[in-house]
Amino acid sequence: MTSAQSSTVGGPLRYLHLLPSLLIFTLLAALVPHSVRGTVFGGEWIWSHGLGVHLAWRLDGLSMLFGLIISGAGVLVTLYSLSYLAGHPHENRYFLLLHSFLLAMLGIVLADHLLLLFIFWELTTVLSFLLIGFYHEEDSARENARQALFVTGGGGLALLLGLLLLESAGVTPYLHAWLDAPRGFHEHRLYPLILGCMFVAVFTKSAQFPFHFWLPNAMSAPTPISAFLHSATMVKAGIYLLMRLHPLLGGTYLWMGPLVVIGGVTALWGAWCAMGPSDLKRVLAHTTLMGLGLLTLFLGGRSLPALLAATTFLLVHALYKAALFLAAGIIDHQTGTRRLDELGGLGRHLPWTAAATALASLSMAGFPLFFGFIGKEILYKGVLTEELFPHFATVAALVANAFMTAVSGYLIWRPFFGHRPEALDDTSEAPWQMLAGPLLLGGLCVLFGLIPGWVVATLIEPAVMSFHLTDDNIELALFHGINAPLLLSIATLILGGLFLWQRERLRRLLTAIHRLLPISGEGAYAIILAAVQRSAAGAALPFDRGRPQTHAAVVLFTGWLAVAAVWLFSGGRLPPLPATNPPLLESGIVAVVVVATGLVLFTRRSILAIAALGVVGAGAALIYLLMGAPDLALTQLLVETLTLVIITLVLIRLRKSKLTATPRSSGRYFKAGLALLLGATLTLLMLLVTGSELDRDVTHFFETYSYVAAHGRNIVNVILVDFRSFDTLGEIVVVVLAALGAVALLRRMKEQG
Amino acid sequence: MNTLILKVASRLMVGLILIFAIYLLLRGHHSPGGGFAAALVAGTGFVLYFIAEGTAPVRRTLRVHPASVAGLGLLTALTAGLLGPLSGRPFLTGLWLSAGNTALGAIELGTPLLFDVGVFLAVLGAILTVLLALEEF
Repeated sequence: MTSAQSSTVGGPLRYLHLLPSLLIFTLLAALVPHSVRGTVFGGEWIWSHGLGVHLAWRLDGLSMLFGLIISGAGVLVTLYSLSYLAGHPHENRYFLLLHSFLLAMLGIVLADHLLLLFIFWELTTVLSFLLIGFYHEEDSARENARQALFVTGGGGLALLLGLLLLESAGVTPYLHAWLDAPRGFHEHRLYPLILGCMFVAVFTKSAQFPFHFWLPNAMSAPTPISAFLHSATMVKAGIYLLMRLHPLLGGTYLWMGPLVVIGGVTALWGAWCAMGPSDLKRVLAHTTLMGLGLLTLFLGGRSLPALLAATTFLLVHALYKAALFLAAGIIDHQTGTRRLDELGGLGRHLPWTAAATALASLSMAGFPLFFGFIGKEILYKGVLTEELFPHFATVAALVANAFMTAVSGYLIWRPFFGHRPEALDDTSEAPWQMLAGPLLLGGLCVLFGLIPGWVVATLIEPAVMSFHLTDDNIELALFHGINAPLLLSIATLILGGLFLWQRERLRRLLTAIHRLLPISGEGAYAIILAAVQRSAAGAALPFDRGRPQTHAAVVLFTGWLAVAAVWLFSGGRLPPLPATNPPLLESGIVAVVVVATGLVLFTRRSILAIAALGVVGAGAALIYLLMGAPDLALTQLLVETLTLVIITLVLIRLRKSKLTATPRSSGRYFKAGLALLLGATLTLLMLLVTGSELDRDVTHFFETYSYVAAHGRNIVNVILVDFRSFDTLGEIVVVVLAALGAVALLRRMKEQG
Repeated sequence: MNTLILKVASRLMVGLILIFAIYLLLRGHHSPGGGFAAALVAGTGFVLYFIAEGTAPVRRTLRVHPASVAGLGLLTALTAGLLGPLSGRPFLTGLWLSAGNTALGAIELGTPLLFDVGVFLAVLGAILTVLLALEEF
């Protein structure tokens, strides 16, 4: 049904979108020979000298592996998106977000300073939020985007806390220095706390139990985004951090226990749940949970085989999972549905997609000759060397892998074989831009399976060496002889076949368990969110019933109370009255201001009240001028003018919309009293402040250096644009944001009538 | 508002007000004025314009959405700040290009002026965004 659209790819200039990822990939690939030899590239720019924070970056074996995955998947996903999103009205926004995400992700894996890593970490969270919510007209997309933001953003806070604790424990923030960390750190009293923070950060980002629920929901994102962010790159950021932390924090039972158990549970649960949904993308999301769980489980260990297993499986998983997601996107795009029960018999219509899916699925199932087989061999070798709970880890890996085998078989069988529903009769194959990615990745699944030795030597070994010091040799082969890992591999295939056969029964059992569970992670999330909203409303409603007058009175009165309390408790001193009489001119202006204030309070005509308010402001400006502050007077006068215009506009609109715009007489004396109280207190305060000796150090500094250092004679302006320009930068950002917020509110009110 | 006097007067005034705003912006470093005050002055100029002629001609004159003006202002201020790190100094360091003494007196250009232009555009854009939306509400 969408075949006509999919073949139209706009002007050739759109292919420029390929440039960023292609350039980065080429550059990284050109540097691979260096990283194989162990050469490390790095650099540092000063960012904040006072805080000791520098923009330090470093490209070692691990960064190289991640960088190649990120930029390589970036190229294929961009090419795919060029066709997938052709003609979408927000195409430019999409590509801007995609490229930004690519750079942020590269930032994570290239950062050598933990604070820098944190910043890029948060950037990926925000960009992921925007990308999941890309189809923002749909309620569910917005809801799921918000969920992902809250969960991973909460983890970001934990990371920040962990970072600060590390700093106070005296650990260097430079990641490369962790490789030969001081041994004594595990006894530090902050160690358990730091570990906890880091685990929360990793478990939320990499969707580990009980935070796993956001990942399947994130499938509201466009499919290429799911392939890129939620299988190959972003969810691996947590794994990356675990790898970097491994030499510093790893090796204790406190490290191994949570990782092995949580990782194992996530792998098992994710794999089993993958049997449940009929939505193709949700199936893949659950298999991703399984992959991430296994990675976490292996990073719990400290033996070389376990770490080797984690690193190899990382690449195995990225290859087959990205391919499967992209293929799922093709099916969705070409048929209009991605529900497995509505698909079937598409093998003849989508031959290339079927081929790519088959290659990737067989790799996922771990069939011999595929890269997934090598990965699984290493997995079992690694799992047998776990120090803590080796039996649990072995069973978890075996059963989870068997589920994967079953899911693979189902993924090949269901869409491409069997009976074809009539609705799918005129399905046609996707254009080459969309086929390139899955086919290439599927091909790599085979190629890497045939030359595992080369892959390990060029990619895996340098990566492992970057976070693990060892002298042992690493070797991978197609056939190791009959040993325990091989037997486990065979058991996996048999068990997988069994699971596929008993699919329906397993699915029913899963539903039953779901019903038995008292609370899920997602349920807890919903409860917490609702509680936060309720308590916020409970705190705000007593003071804010929607009437600005009441709101203003509460705020002003509270402010007065605070000031008066401080004044009373600090002795309640009265200031000496000024000895001289005020000059005639000032007295006249004050009299005018007082009369105008009375008019504001007591007139019944709003236009008169507004005009009188203007007189008050202008009077204040005149006094500033007479006191020798022309800058202040100028600004006051201008602000006053614009305020009048805005109030007038608002009042006219209110009258138009038949809301009350005439001043109400009720509470008038109360308001006058409050105003008087505030005015008197402020006057008292000003007299107290000016009556005491002022510290003139700061004034003196500005007077001395304004012209010498900042080339300006207008001290006020020099302070604004030079001495304290960082404050000004913040302020103008706030001004612009406030304006945008006001417009959004106005637009919403207009739509609601 | 449909009055001939206001329309004719505003046509003369708006230009003068905008020139005055630029004058305030440029003299700000040595005398009262500066980006913020200049933006307020320019804002009142546009207010006069839309009170006399309606908002459509104002939007046409601006050519871009006022929010883009604000965004451009933020970018300009940020650029002024980033010139520091680009030349190896901390963010927002004031850099000066002194043209020395000329017939017009000492002319000094620096990143603070560029920063002030950013403030001007950001504040003006914000004011116009809100006021035009209010007027069209």
